[in-house]
Amino acid sequence: MIRTMALTKRFGPLVAVDHIDLSVRSGEVYGFLGANGSGKTTTVRMLLGLVLPTSGTVELLGQPMPKAASKVLPHIGALVEGPSAYRHLSGRRHLALHDSMGPGGARATRRRRIDETLEQVGLGGVDARPVKAYSLGMKQRLGLAAALLRQPELLILDEPTNGLDPQGIREIRELLRALNAAGTTIFLSSHLLTEVEQLCTRIGVLDQGRVVLEDDLAVLQAPTGRAVIRTPDGARARALLGDRVAWYDDGVLSVTVSDVAALNADLVAAGVRVEELGPERRTLEEVVLTATGPSADRVESA
Amino acid sequence: MIAVELRKLVLSPRTWITIALLDALPTLVAILLALTDLGPRPGTGPAFLSAVLSDGSLYPLAAIAIVLPLFLPAAVAVMAGDAIAGEAQGGTLRYVLIRPVGRTRLLVAKLVSVLAFVVLAVLIVAATAYVSGSALLGNQKIATSVSGSTLSSSQVGWRTALALGYAVLSMLGVAAVALFLSTVTDSPLVAALGALALLIASSLLLTLDAAHELQPYLPTRYWLSFVDLFRDPIQWRNVVKGTALQAGYVVVFLGAAWANFTTKDVTS
Repeated sequence: MIRTMALTKRFGPLVAVDHIDLSVRSGEVYGFLGANGSGKTTTVRMLLGLVLPTSGTVELLGQPMPKAASKVLPHIGALVEGPSAYRHLSGRRHLALHDSMGPGGARATRRRRIDETLEQVGLGGVDARPVKAYSLGMKQRLGLAAALLRQPELLILDEPTNGLDPQGIREIRELLRALNAAGTTIFLSSHLLTEVEQLCTRIGVLDQGRVVLEDDLAVLQAPTGRAVIRTPDGARARALLGDRVAWYDDGVLSVTVSDVAALNADLVAAGVRVEELGPERRTLEEVVLTATGPSADRVESA
Repeated sequence: MIAVELRKLVLSPRTWITIALLDALPTLVAILLALTDLGPRPGTGPAFLSAVLSDGSLYPLAAIAIVLPLFLPAAVAVMAGDAIAGEAQGGTLRYVLIRPVGRTRLLVAKLVSVLAFVVLAVLIVAATAYVSGSALLGNQKIATSVSGSTLSSSQVGWRTALALGYAVLSMLGVAAVALFLSTVTDSPLVAALGALALLIASSLLLTLDAAHELQPYLPTRYWLSFVDLFRDPIQWRNVVKGTALQAGYVVVFLGAAWANFTTKDVTS
């Protein structure tokens, strides 16, 4: 659905995006992670033809961008860096105006599509007040509605849950899951690890303009081959296990082990009380922090 | 997309507020003239204003002469300056472009919308002035041309129409400059002020003898030449030059706007 090859963008001397190769397959929920300033938004803008690449290519739905923009973009819904709407219009009127601007939105079905989509994003009962009176969360929902209005094959969403409360975030997550189950491919750009962890099947991590990691989430979070033990008898356990202990931290040990059941038996036999024992998995946060450098918005003193 | 832009123009409260403000000045002048009966002496003040006390049917022309030097171009600069930069500042430009709307198409639609605004503004100012002129000012049908001969009311009618057309045309240069600046900056204020600065500079240079060589190319040079349409016979020379000059500004600045906008990174 999305393929970039050696995609590069320079702004003067600054290399914002540096030879990135992404591939998003049909039916995926792809999490595009990166710190602020890592080049996420520039990449999203290049995918959509807003920013023109310095070099490299973008293909959307198998067609070259931005050349085929008029053919491809009607099948894509997007939210780029926050929603925006004509402030003096009502939500419905804004959607109708926006829908009438380009191809792919039949006039005959417009009213029905707007009603259905507003219902979908939880704004079904919205009245005629102008968008400028909306809360941040309502604007976000309206932006999502604009993206969903023509049942796109591919959704490109930049921070879609920005400004929503926890219930709202959950609702939107369920909505995206349902859309994905119905066949929509989703490209989700975010710096919120938990959001990506709960929704995505594959992730790409961007750091200072480069893709430092691209893999299935299940692979990244596969067991590490160690077990984590929680015990009140930490000192005794360390003495027993010797250099098999990878790290120890206040009653929690990580131990290199091939047979967890045997390890448990040994511990109990030695009189070590075990509160918890399980395979060690890396959290997405650990995966990402290992792969990336320091935060891009840090400014170190000389 | 042109239909959408026109709908946006009509739906925006700002359009109507701007036109109302534009309309307020000539209406105020009509009221003052009617109350005091003190017209400017012939040959001074805005064109035609001395004549309207006796013939109110000339007031649309006087109204255009009142708004043409500053009010109308300022309104046009604001509208055209807002065209692209306003969408950029409001964050809607990126959504319009990925809808998708081609950049050239968007620019054309914006230009048509600005043009529609000018036509609308000029017509409304003229129509209100016709009403206030007939109601408040003189109604002796003794319209005389600037050269002194008498004009029939049908002559006044079509010459007024021509003059209104010329006023619209005179605004195209400002519109093109403001539209170009609108593609350069993401701030509608900067675009509008930039275009206004050009007009103020142009008006100033017109009064400066040392700028004599430049004067035929200044955008405001032939603005008031619509008065020539009321000479007997009509003197076309400056009207034609003014038209050609405006066309030149439109070609150069629209070309620049197009070249800039179609190759620009939209980061707003």
